[in-house]
Amino acid sequence: MANVLLRYTNLVFVTLFILSLLSFILAYLFPGQAVENLTGLRLNELSVLQNSELKYAVDDNVVVQYWHYMGELFAGNWGVSFSSGLPLYDDVGHYLPASIELSAYALFLSFVIGLPLGFLAALRHHKLTDYSLLSVSLVGYSIPVFWLALIMILVFSLQLGWFPLSGRISLLFEIPSITGFILIDILLSDSIDKQAALIDALRHLILPTLSIAVVTTTLILRITRRSVIETLNSEFILAAYARGLTPRQVLMRHGVRNALIPILPLLAMQFPTLLTNAMIVESIFSWPGIGNWLIQAIYQQDYPAIRAGMLAVSVLVVIFTMSIDLTIRLTDPTRRRAERAAI
Amino acid sequence: MNILKKHNKNAWIKTTLIVLSSTLLCACDALLQSKTDPNGIVYCSEGSPANFNPQLDTSGTTVDASSHQIYDRLIDFDPVTGDIVPALATSWLVSDDGKTYTFQLRQQVPFHQTQTFTPTRFFNADDVLFSIDRWRLLDHPYHDISGGRYPYTDSLNLGDLITQVERINGYRVEITLNKPESSFLANLATDFAVILSAEYADKLISRNQKELIDYKPVGTGPYQLASFRQDRYIRYTKHPEYWRQIDLTDKLIFDITASSSLRLAKLLTGECDAIALPAHSELEVIRQQDDLVLDEKPGLNIGFWAFNTSKPPFNNPQVRRALGMAIDKNALIEAIYFNSAIAAKNIVPPTSWAFQADVRPLSYSPIAAKKLLREQGVPEDFSMTVWAMPVQRAYNPNAMKMAELIQAYLQEVGIQVNIISYEWSIFRERLSEGLHDSVLIGWSADNGDPDNFYRPLLSCAAIESGTNRAMWCSDEYDLLINQALQYTEISERTYFYGKANELLAEQLPLIPIAHASRYQAYTKKLHGLVINPYGGVRFGGVKKL
Repeated sequence: MANVLLRYTNLVFVTLFILSLLSFILAYLFPGQAVENLTGLRLNELSVLQNSELKYAVDDNVVVQYWHYMGELFAGNWGVSFSSGLPLYDDVGHYLPASIELSAYALFLSFVIGLPLGFLAALRHHKLTDYSLLSVSLVGYSIPVFWLALIMILVFSLQLGWFPLSGRISLLFEIPSITGFILIDILLSDSIDKQAALIDALRHLILPTLSIAVVTTTLILRITRRSVIETLNSEFILAAYARGLTPRQVLMRHGVRNALIPILPLLAMQFPTLLTNAMIVESIFSWPGIGNWLIQAIYQQDYPAIRAGMLAVSVLVVIFTMSIDLTIRLTDPTRRRAERAAI
Repeated sequence: MNILKKHNKNAWIKTTLIVLSSTLLCACDALLQSKTDPNGIVYCSEGSPANFNPQLDTSGTTVDASSHQIYDRLIDFDPVTGDIVPALATSWLVSDDGKTYTFQLRQQVPFHQTQTFTPTRFFNADDVLFSIDRWRLLDHPYHDISGGRYPYTDSLNLGDLITQVERINGYRVEITLNKPESSFLANLATDFAVILSAEYADKLISRNQKELIDYKPVGTGPYQLASFRQDRYIRYTKHPEYWRQIDLTDKLIFDITASSSLRLAKLLTGECDAIALPAHSELEVIRQQDDLVLDEKPGLNIGFWAFNTSKPPFNNPQVRRALGMAIDKNALIEAIYFNSAIAAKNIVPPTSWAFQADVRPLSYSPIAAKKLLREQGVPEDFSMTVWAMPVQRAYNPNAMKMAELIQAYLQEVGIQVNIISYEWSIFRERLSEGLHDSVLIGWSADNGDPDNFYRPLLSCAAIESGTNRAMWCSDEYDLLINQALQYTEISERTYFYGKANELLAEQLPLIPIAHASRYQAYTKKLHGLVINPYGGVRFGGVKKL
């Protein structure tokens, strides 16, 4: 166990080191002065630079500069944005939760829909239900997410007028950002009309969440189906039947858990895809998340923001993926699974 | 191995299902109904303002966000009649020599109370002095704050025109000019002549936070700034003690939406109550909607093609004439403005009294143009640049496409065109440096006085302040437009502007292309929103039902 932990920590640190190095090098690769790209301050604001805490020891060699850069990163001084002049740390802290919130709801929705449907398809293996679910999922999987989002807007917002097409909540509701997660913030806020705010926020959530969830749902459906089929075909299931268990008992006692175990690591791997889709959908629904923010930064050639945003997103992905992986490894090392599968 | 068939159909499963589905249905019902809050107006604007002081920035975005929302002026234009009407000044008197203006100020006008500032007195003469002296006096403590450039007043040289601004008593101010100028009152009524709070400025000096005056503004206007997030929104709240007895909503929100199609979409879904700058290609969509209103008004603007007359061969009026004859203006207007503009003859639109209908516009004749070009020594395959502005403006909704059409037209007369565009601020910077051969740009007037077209666009002084895109300087022209200002009678002024029009038609430093109509699109629920032909949008007096 200690061995596994050590290996993972090592891996995380090396990856993060490479990422930080990459973001540091980016400042040199982007057009303009590296100091400007690192701090977000223009050279003519250098007097500010000297007074501020953003000291990158400009005259030292690159290694010393990198050392200072890391120090500033950990101190929360990520520089300021070229276009808005706001501190990037605060900006990322403001926009990242919005993206995580959207992805989390989409992921949750995908599980709620995808898992049962996956089981259903597997249990009806080679029957009409299976085939139709499979073909629907193939369609869902093949639809480009940006196109789906646009179609959703076209149908549900513009034609039917059911849902709004942009933002997290109507700007008429002023919800102070405490956690950054809109639904929690609404519950925490002392807004006069909490219920109306909540309903409005949900109305804004539905279309973007659905757009992202479609791809992930089909993915979960297919993975679950395959895993369940494999599990149900294994010998220990046959043995369970031999012991006289009813099909229901077999599925509940031996099928479900064993089918789910190989699914989880695969799903963890889908997190980057989910986040990428979320970022695309954000910019279509003007969702004030990190993806939308990054795309704006790219349009405006806001190099400090691109650097900080990419670093934040990649660190998030690495840490999330690694920790899920680690949890799975720790709770269920493969050899123990083999033992448990035997009756 | 049929597992599913075996599930027992207990009654409780059915019950849960029924309960669940009915809750879902109720929820859907609540979710599908959009409830609009009658206490707030959402306006989808096109961009983030540079600051909240229109003295510092003439761009329409800044003006929209500040001028009529946060501030008031001494005098206003009536948006319908165009007359000058009292605002913070209740009356004014012009001396017989036309050099001294005395304003009687309104009493008991409160300023905004913000989190950091509580006004202790009403508006008075000190505020007027402060607001004018800030841009007029170079050694004023606030002159250099936020860049120290005042594009509107600088381009009109108002600082030199005014010799003195004097406080007669707490509610009377006298402004003395060094020469009579008939457009002076009109200039004081523009969006840029806003009144700031002198008390707030003093307080900021004592706190050593002078720059906040333009970012956390305090004015007397109908709304006060609550919060602003770049590229996202501007929130205003009602000024509870606003001096005008007009309708105000509790909340006014500018939802900053850069894409014009997205603004339209938000208007259609009801997320915005009104939108800025509806695209000309989308007007038909708005007209077809029953619950939307599209107002139209002839605009006080001009879209033109200016030649850099400081560069050969464009310093030759005959070459400029030939280039003007090579393009088909009517085809351009049809393709770019979708017939929501009229072809321009002068630089002033037909609604202005300085407009001259008998000036003959250039006719489209590529053969004559080609001949004239060769005569003037412009060789076959001569190459020139057409700069196309990167932003969408009422006077030119799509400069890039227009440049492409001009490129095709000029190809017919043997001229190669390179189209050039930069990001908007860089674009204007390089234009001021005179790096262009020709440029597609325009001008929106800030007041009804024709001087507002003639002076900033083509006077010699405007080269310096960066609004004379043709880099054209003619003593004769400057003399004419200066003479026009010395008279107050419109018939006398018309004579000089007529002369100026003739000179322009002969010299052609720029080819006037079109005067675009102004449009305003909003939902039927809004009442009281009128197009302000003299500049920024106004939400004072607008009510949502």
